[in-house]
Amino acid sequence: MATMTSQNATHGVNLSRRAILRASVTVGGGLALQAILPGVVHAALDGSAAGEGASISAYVRISADGVVTILSKNPEIGQGVKTMLPMIIAEELDVAWKDVRIEQAPLNEATFGRQSAGGSNSTPTNYDPLRRVGAAGRQMLVAAAAQGWNVAPEDCETDAGVVHHRKSGRSMSYGALAAKAATQPVPDLATVKLKDPKTFKIIGQRIPGVDNAKIVTGQPLFSIDVTMPGMLHAVFEKCPVFGGKVTSANIDAIKALPGVHDAFIIRASEANPGKDPDGLVDGVAIVAKSWWMANKAREKLEIVWDEGPTASHSSEGFAAQAAKFAAGPPATSLRRDGDPATALKNATKVVEAAYFYPFLSHIVLEPQNCTAHFADGKMAVWAPAQNPGPGQRLVAKTLGIPEKDVVVHVTRGGGGFGRRLQSDFMAEAAWIARKVGAPVKLLWSRRDDMQHDFYRPAGFHHFKGGLDEKGSLVALTDHFVTFGKDGKPVNSSATMPPTEFPAQLVPHLDYGQSVIEFGVPTGPLRAPRSNALGFVFQSFLDELAHAAGKDPVEFRLALLGEPRILPGTPGKPDPLRDFNTGRMRDVLLRVAEVSDWKNRHRLPKGTAKGVAFYYSHLGYFAEVVQATVSATGAIKLDHVWAVGDVGRQIINPAGAEHQVQGAALDGLGAALGQAVTIENGRVVQANFDSVPPLRIDQAPQVDVHFVTSDFPPTGLGEPALPPVLPALCNAIFAATGKRIRSLPIDTQLLKA
Amino acid sequence: MAYTIEVNGAKRTVDVDGDMPLLWVLRDELDLKGSKYGCGAGLCGACTVHVDGEPTRSCQTAISAVGTAPIATIEGMASNPVGKKVQAAWMALDVPQCGYCQAGQIMSATALLSKTPHPTDQDIDAAMSGNVCRCCSYTRIRAGVKHVAEAK
Repeated sequence: MATMTSQNATHGVNLSRRAILRASVTVGGGLALQAILPGVVHAALDGSAAGEGASISAYVRISADGVVTILSKNPEIGQGVKTMLPMIIAEELDVAWKDVRIEQAPLNEATFGRQSAGGSNSTPTNYDPLRRVGAAGRQMLVAAAAQGWNVAPEDCETDAGVVHHRKSGRSMSYGALAAKAATQPVPDLATVKLKDPKTFKIIGQRIPGVDNAKIVTGQPLFSIDVTMPGMLHAVFEKCPVFGGKVTSANIDAIKALPGVHDAFIIRASEANPGKDPDGLVDGVAIVAKSWWMANKAREKLEIVWDEGPTASHSSEGFAAQAAKFAAGPPATSLRRDGDPATALKNATKVVEAAYFYPFLSHIVLEPQNCTAHFADGKMAVWAPAQNPGPGQRLVAKTLGIPEKDVVVHVTRGGGGFGRRLQSDFMAEAAWIARKVGAPVKLLWSRRDDMQHDFYRPAGFHHFKGGLDEKGSLVALTDHFVTFGKDGKPVNSSATMPPTEFPAQLVPHLDYGQSVIEFGVPTGPLRAPRSNALGFVFQSFLDELAHAAGKDPVEFRLALLGEPRILPGTPGKPDPLRDFNTGRMRDVLLRVAEVSDWKNRHRLPKGTAKGVAFYYSHLGYFAEVVQATVSATGAIKLDHVWAVGDVGRQIINPAGAEHQVQGAALDGLGAALGQAVTIENGRVVQANFDSVPPLRIDQAPQVDVHFVTSDFPPTGLGEPALPPVLPALCNAIFAATGKRIRSLPIDTQLLKA
Repeated sequence: MAYTIEVNGAKRTVDVDGDMPLLWVLRDELDLKGSKYGCGAGLCGACTVHVDGEPTRSCQTAISAVGTAPIATIEGMASNPVGKKVQAAWMALDVPQCGYCQAGQIMSATALLSKTPHPTDQDIDAAMSGNVCRCCSYTRIRAGVKHVAEAK
């Protein structure tokens, strides 16, 4: 969908001849490969373009003892890239995985290209280029061996880090060849020979996470674990009302408290330029010799705030505004096909429904934190960044120092889910550390984290659907009420694309939009906008299927029709990116089969299955949820079947299965109990008691199946999430006859 | 004031306020970073340690309340016969996603399996539902507990 923009980057069909590979001998005589591929275009998870001409690269070192060090370019937040990306290089380099060591690459986007964790982008944008990096290294090692033996490189082969010349029976290890290989001419990445996937030894294997040993023994690994000599600890109290300013605070009293090293007011207006959505905000910093003391001192803090205009905003007020908008025509038309008004008038049956989904917090388990140290005019930060490049730029802008003077050390992130695409916590830590003149670790409390998020935007949809006498969908309208500024959605998470399914399959269709002006920070949450639109559209389609008296799977199959491409942009077909109805048919048919859909009527009373599908982040997913609703309205999740098509190759099946299971359960947790509500311009919820994450006693078995298709491999961090919410709500309807049109699910409505 | 506590078999003395939670004593005074801060309210289990063998939320346990009770943390699990098996199972089944909660998960699983070597699904639910995994690695956490229970 629109979160991706580069077909060429994705599929490696346009690797420029300018693509170069630099090699150099490193200290110790190892071979260093540094590949640079120009002309790659990326898209941020929020849909904004990062600019043309960025490059992708990978970095390999082979030491004389045969240990192969591979750098992983993108941040690891639990999505498995620190294992998966190096697997791609190792495969084509043709080394044994046991000989591979992995390092997190430093932030260097000039060398490595965009280094972000977002948009399920790591696989599609890196699979082909990193194969070429590995293959180029292998070619140089072969060339070095062939030269030494005075034989043709074509007569040599490789296996597990050894070059063989079978005719003469000679062999030499990569370790022994590394120094000489580094002096070989650099192959053209665009034409370097790749392996036949049938011969893969690493790609396609279940490879466990490379940091598992450190994780299970509790070794320092995360940003929160960073420590430095002389390090101080900080808390930062921000205005509970978004956009509020500090008028005054009892700074002297705070400074006198035990353990407190310093306390001061931070004014956003002092920062340069202070206009970024994730830029510095007003508040009071307390720096102490331990975090506990800093946080304890905070209890004594008395701040007078100028709360500003957002103080009048509330979820209740938003709902009233949405209702007012819904009574009239949309402010903006997103798409109009045919004559929906007449078609609805002439329809045999019309279904009308209003849907709502709430603001959501990311609730990453490791709260936002960052360690910063300013010395000799340079700022070093250690952070669980998902988007370290923009983070570096934000810190530089905030401090008014050159970007080159900001060094970002990317640590493993204790979850991300889109939250750490924003770098506000880095700007805060940097500001505080420079002011204090010592290394400072800033750590947010859970309350800070929940009340100062960039929330998934809430949204309201008002549907009408018209069915003809055969039960076919002939007309569909949606008045979408979203949030923004100056009449425009605040960011892409708050938008609806004009191609939103089932557009292009319904002859008479109208999508329109109205915008509520608001001041709550919002941003991408795992499967941004798809996590919301999947729920409303796949739920309403289910309503239409039932109204038509049709099996929900059959109704969807009829809507999808024959395999074909539904263009994302009119007149600009992109077969690798546009919605392929055939691929969706295949996953839908498969999930019906593996979930024993046809026998669902044999389930006991109160237990039922629901189905839904969604296409996002280049992944096709169809899912069935089986749930049981008791007489009290309590919901038990019995089972989930998830079938996905993400192309021809699952790179790491262990990681892939994990992402699908995690995404499905994540979505179920959100549907069951999560919402953030705004009162008086501030967030009401403060901890996991009011925003409950899914727990093990609620988690059903999730069966994961992949349909392989002849398309390039794509990512899995997100696309399994959107269909699970409507699949659950559709199961609840099948079990109870009650339709869930508002999230989170209100079990009071389900009482028998 | 000074408190002497026993952590992973060793006596350690710290000079802190009596209301300082054990979690922060472990992390910031004793530099044992394995136990994690997640919620500060006993709601997520990321800070779980053993106090006298009992799984305990260290963010809710004041240092003054610990006394002479032996404390075990994730860093000490390699020398706990059950803990060692749990760690091995977590590796074998590739349980972690981001991994932030897993120290707490392993501490709760070790406490469960020490008392109940062959837990039922209900036992696992009861013992592990206080530990949030935001990545929802629950399928493998459950499998990991069973893996230990079924091993010889």
